[in-house]
Amino acid sequence: MKPGLPAILNRYGAWLILLFLVAPALVAIPVSLTPKGFLSMPKGDYSARHFEKLFTSEEWMSSFWQSTVIGLSVAVLATALGTFCAIGLWRVASRWGEVVRAFLLLPLVVPPIISAMAFYRLMVPLGLIDTYAGLILAHTVLAAPLVLITVSASLAGFDPRLEQASRNLGASNWTTMRRVILPSIRPGVLAGAIFAFIASWDEIVVTLFLSKFSVYTLPRRMWNGIRENTDPTVAAAAVVLIAVTLIFFLIQALNARRSRNSASGET
Amino acid sequence: MNGSPLTRFGTGWLLVLPFLALVVALFLGPIANILWLSVTDPEPGLGNYAALVTSDNLAGILWTTIRICVITTAFSVVLGYSIAYAMVHVAQGSRNRMLGLLLVSFWISVLVRTFSWLMLLGRKGLVNETLLGIGLIAQPIEFMRNELGVLIGMVHYMIPYAVLPLLASMQNIDTRVLAASRSLGATGTQTFWRIYLPLTKPGLVAAALLVFILSLGFYVTPAILGGGKVLMVAEYISVQILVTLRWGTAAMLAALMLFGVLALLFVMSRFMKLSTVFGGAKA
Repeated sequence: MKPGLPAILNRYGAWLILLFLVAPALVAIPVSLTPKGFLSMPKGDYSARHFEKLFTSEEWMSSFWQSTVIGLSVAVLATALGTFCAIGLWRVASRWGEVVRAFLLLPLVVPPIISAMAFYRLMVPLGLIDTYAGLILAHTVLAAPLVLITVSASLAGFDPRLEQASRNLGASNWTTMRRVILPSIRPGVLAGAIFAFIASWDEIVVTLFLSKFSVYTLPRRMWNGIRENTDPTVAAAAVVLIAVTLIFFLIQALNARRSRNSASGET
Repeated sequence: MNGSPLTRFGTGWLLVLPFLALVVALFLGPIANILWLSVTDPEPGLGNYAALVTSDNLAGILWTTIRICVITTAFSVVLGYSIAYAMVHVAQGSRNRMLGLLLVSFWISVLVRTFSWLMLLGRKGLVNETLLGIGLIAQPIEFMRNELGVLIGMVHYMIPYAVLPLLASMQNIDTRVLAASRSLGATGTQTFWRIYLPLTKPGLVAAALLVFILSLGFYVTPAILGGGKVLMVAEYISVQILVTLRWGTAAMLAALMLFGVLALLFVMSRFMKLSTVFGGAKA
């Protein structure tokens, strides 16, 4: 069927909307290169002074480091919990299992402000406010459902007879898990780990409630910078944030492509 | 025996247990506590909920929130529909490039995007400078600290969420139905309005509900682009907890929001499998 005029116009419109989605985020790049000491678009001259300031500032670097430590811890914890849970629900394969799954996905649909309230309420009496442990635990609860989703998707394409075969050949539960199940769901596990890291690395609402002085993640410091709305170092930090996000995006794109290729190779 | 169904079943639950315990202890427990607070703090009873009717302030905030969410949903779904429609009707190469752009925007942190809008929409922002420069306007337009700025930022954030369910629903359409409509003499426009659009209804409903749900609890963009002038429920809750320490009011609003979200999710599940909606998220 040949597309009519409205369809063609719509196609141009769609490209414009997609540009509208991506382009504004990139405005941080020129602003970060301004030679001036306040937030502005550079006119002709560019300077790297704000990046220099970002990378030599003790405060920004400590935030950078803290976000990395918290993000990696969350990625490890959430991936372990989410993967085991997905395998467990896949084995149980019952109505009750699906009810439990719906409950476990709640942290994804409950508005972040309510999650923040809940964590705050829990952690004030426990003395976990402004600690690594508090933030890591909270982010793990929010991130593990993402792992549950990606690993469950991988498991949907896994043939349960392989597990039976391994067991019949005498492999223990643990050996079967490590040598048979985990290798075949690796793309889902990797995707889950990446999503979990990014979810923690970008998280701001819960962090606003749980951090005060000693634990101050990158988004938390950016939030302050944005509120003050003067120092172009924030723009440089935003550019670093975009770069890190894009790196992980590319890793995940390669991961997805490889798992698609191997899936189509097998069938 | 090693492989009997019972142990298999047992080890299954054993693997679920750690995460389940964590969610119950750290998440569901405290949320239940908040629901309880909404009817016990500062005194037992429905006083917090009665304030909804008696306080103009609260009613105003709820009304602002709902109005902004409805407008955001309408724009996001219409613009998202255009993208999704184009994506299913272009060649594979273009489709991949479109999906790439969509996912990149999806992945960029909400904080970075809000910061960018701040740069673009300020009195001396790029948009105003450009419009003044080419003489289209004589005075800078006030985009910030009002609903216009909040709406721009929110629609920008929500469009990708609207596209994913729409895409899932459009990919399921049997194209032979459209060909049949054309061969029976309907024009392209008629086929679209009478056949295509109704067939994508599940996707439309799911997209609208998803965007509405996410908008209801949205905090970052309204707080920054609204600049304190556009108060929505999420920001009001945070002020109640962190500044004025009125947990009862905050808990009541949280309870309302939570039940609203759960009710809408239930409606959504009638139109589209939730796993289709969320399975597409960030993938």
